Amino acid sequence: MLPSAFDYHRPTTVEEAFDLLDSLGPDAKVLAGGQSLVPLMKLRFAAPGHLIDINRLGGLDTIEEAGDELHIGALVRHNALAANDQIRAKYPTLAAAAPQIADPLVRNLGTIGGSLTHCDPSGDLGAVMLASDARVTLRRKGGERDVPVTEFLADTFQSSIEPNELLTTVKVPAPKRFHGGAYLKLERKIGDYATVAVATRLQMANGAIGSAGIGLTSVGLTNIKATAAEDALVGQEPSDELFAEAGRLAAAASSPVGDVRGSADYKRHIVEVYVRRGLARSAEMATDD
Amino acid sequence: MEVTITVNGTAQTIDVEPRQLLVHVLREELRLTGTHIGCDSTSCGACTVLLDGTPVKSCTVFGVQVDGRDVTTVEGLLTAAGLDPMQAAFKEHHGLQCGFCTPGMMLVGKALIERNASPSDDDVRQAIGGNICRCTGYMNIVKAIQAAAAVSAPGAGVPAVSNEPANA
Repeated sequence: MLPSAFDYHRPTTVEEAFDLLDSLGPDAKVLAGGQSLVPLMKLRFAAPGHLIDINRLGGLDTIEEAGDELHIGALVRHNALAANDQIRAKYPTLAAAAPQIADPLVRNLGTIGGSLTHCDPSGDLGAVMLASDARVTLRRKGGERDVPVTEFLADTFQSSIEPNELLTTVKVPAPKRFHGGAYLKLERKIGDYATVAVATRLQMANGAIGSAGIGLTSVGLTNIKATAAEDALVGQEPSDELFAEAGRLAAAASSPVGDVRGSADYKRHIVEVYVRRGLARSAEMATDD
Repeated sequence: MEVTITVNGTAQTIDVEPRQLLVHVLREELRLTGTHIGCDSTSCGACTVLLDGTPVKSCTVFGVQVDGRDVTTVEGLLTAAGLDPMQAAFKEHHGLQCGFCTPGMMLVGKALIERNASPSDDDVRQAIGGNICRCTGYMNIVKAIQAAAAVSAPGAGVPAVSNEPANA
């Protein structure tokens, strides 16, 4: 399948990329890993007049702790996330999700920045970043802004990025001691979209839950942050009953539709079960710390 | 747009349209038809090639993106000395039936054993997770990749492959 014709641009500096974004406007799309954009273009769901290939921009593929945050460059591939020692040691929700994204070949090219900007409600990283209370940095010529992922994932396939902006960094708050996380994904086979997936994160403080994060995949028009369930957890001591209640609240916050992967009721039930299990796993990890 | 791509060790300068996918460039411009088109939707892995040694789906990369980079296709496995150990192992262990997925499977196998000299069943099954075979049931593909790893390992002697089913 051939996409519509487009002009190809390959800047080598971010300044050059900003100039292109400014001059080309909304008819230009940024090409990162291309693992969502290229299929959309082949199906002619997207037909941008210009592609700005950012793969040769330097400095966007690093993972480093800065202060009390982990800064992940927009061009970090999913397999690099999965293989990163720091992420495996300290960021369990992300570490659990990364090797479950798509399939190994797609993970070799797909990027964190592209995945988040694509805003697919079936995207795994959106749920992880909602659970993690992450922010993204959007740079443009002469300025930049940090946007919470809750605002960035604005709507179905629609992030809050402006046409002249480039997502450069994903900023994840660093967990403290006594922290745990999980990503439970139900899929029919490797590479399929999630039927349902649930990201969980627990930070313990003095024996009680200090903060909690729950993000949901494939059960609504966007990835969903289950805030009522999160609020119900904070200040409480971990227990099976508490996690079951959080599961019910998260299921109530989901709005799945039935499809070939299962009915809406089935998916809502899986949300309840996976939130309960994910929190139990997170709590186990947090108390073992 | 003029691009230079090193394909199977030879630099090739060709004129491509930006919208031409790498798989089209390989098959139609360079006449390397060992790279197959299966689903054409990033699902099946029949179009797998190695990009700077890393397996990717060439139906989901534009040819212009690989300007200045190295691409290995199945044709690149064959050496003057004959079949690559991966090809020999697929032949020996009946790792194929219709052969449509085989180029992709062998290239994923090559990339795997480059970084894991002795992959377990699970390692192989994870690695080929993006490649679909509709004939073999995967058993002999797993065996073949492990056998190739055994003969490719430094100082390897007789391949350590049993006749037991791979997931027994």
